[in-house]
Amino acid sequence: MKPAPFAYKKVRSLDEAVALLGEKEAKVLAGGQSLIATLNMRLSSPSLLIDINGLDGLSGISEKGGAVEVGALARHAQAERSDVIAKHAPLIARALPHIGHPAIRNRGTLGGSIAFADPAAELPACLLALDGEVDATGPKGKRTIKAQDFFRGLFETALAPQEVLTAIRVPAADKGARVGFAELARRHGDYAIVGLAASARADGKGLSNVRLAYFGVGNTPVRAKKAEAALASGNIDAAVAALDLDPNDDVQATARLKKHLAGVLLRRVAKQLLEAGS
Amino acid sequence: MNSYALDIALTVNGERVSKRVDARKTLVDFLRDDLALTGSHVGCEHGVCGACTVRVDGEIIRGCLMLAAQCDGATVDTIEGMSDSGEIADLQAAFEQRNALQCGYCTPGMLAAAQDLLKRGAVPSRDDIREHLSGNYCRCTGYHAIVDAVEAVAQARAKGR
Repeated sequence: MKPAPFAYKKVRSLDEAVALLGEKEAKVLAGGQSLIATLNMRLSSPSLLIDINGLDGLSGISEKGGAVEVGALARHAQAERSDVIAKHAPLIARALPHIGHPAIRNRGTLGGSIAFADPAAELPACLLALDGEVDATGPKGKRTIKAQDFFRGLFETALAPQEVLTAIRVPAADKGARVGFAELARRHGDYAIVGLAASARADGKGLSNVRLAYFGVGNTPVRAKKAEAALASGNIDAAVAALDLDPNDDVQATARLKKHLAGVLLRRVAKQLLEAGS
Repeated sequence: MNSYALDIALTVNGERVSKRVDARKTLVDFLRDDLALTGSHVGCEHGVCGACTVRVDGEIIRGCLMLAAQCDGATVDTIEGMSDSGEIADLQAAFEQRNALQCGYCTPGMLAAAQDLLKRGAVPSRDDIREHLSGNYCRCTGYHAIVDAVEAVAQARAKGR
């Protein structure tokens, strides 16, 4: 299919983008790897696309003050090649190769993946697992939103209609930081049937501050808090038994299968978390 | 002023092109309908099949997931350009020799994706090749012959260096 007609404007400033978002049915176009697919399928039909790809200063990846900041327009492929991501955001580095395919990652942006908030996508779960945050700019200026408050529902975020996501930030990994990542998909690059992004702190031979963020099991990325507590006490079997997830059936798998696979992934990820230097 | 049609100027296969396009026209439709470059194919139109793979500013992208309007000022290479320049002559010969195509619908995208991997210089493993082509569907020949062809060219190019 072909998209319904829309107007297109390539903006030269963030203020211009924010102002145009005040128009009815306007949408921000970043990498477009989800948005243009939905336009082609006529799953969405905005009246105006606001192309922010020409904005300067939104593509940087840097580490400062113990945090890794990624500009909203940084491409997945750019992050894959980034030394800063490899060294200071290893969970994101592990997740990136699972996102789509090379041609998709050349265009897709990290900011777009977060703002689109697909419940089966990797990066929203990573942001939640890392206790990260996003910056957004709207008519009233800039604000920061914690990941736990950002993902509100199916493709629904805390962004106000006129706000543009400008950056994401996660704590830089230090010596005691542990991360784990695994997903099951029918083909490499497909959306996951179930996936798990996790972070923790090494605590003696065990773990503390375990954060397990599942994707593909609900309307948003979902923390499995009871399993986190069980895993922190060192008992993987108990953590699997305590998995407090409530997935629905979808086109890929039944709820029962998803729940089973969530346990399989938890065992794999627990092993990664418990291995030194993960 | 927000417009439903825009004037764009870009370079396609080395030639300067200026056209007026609908804002909603995807790059692959622009290439096929406006420039008669029908080597780039339209398959799924939502980024899954890879038949529309072309290069924009040196990087492979989905022609169905980029708007023509976004390509103002860009350099685009299609299968026609890669073929005419001789850049992928060895890949094309290897595909033919190994029966790595049957109906040929996926082939332009396969070649573009394969060349993207091979121009990095190293000899990729079969797993690397499979992963790099994982976003390109072939519905008739199957993938073994395609991986064989790409692997053979990678090795031949490494020897030739």
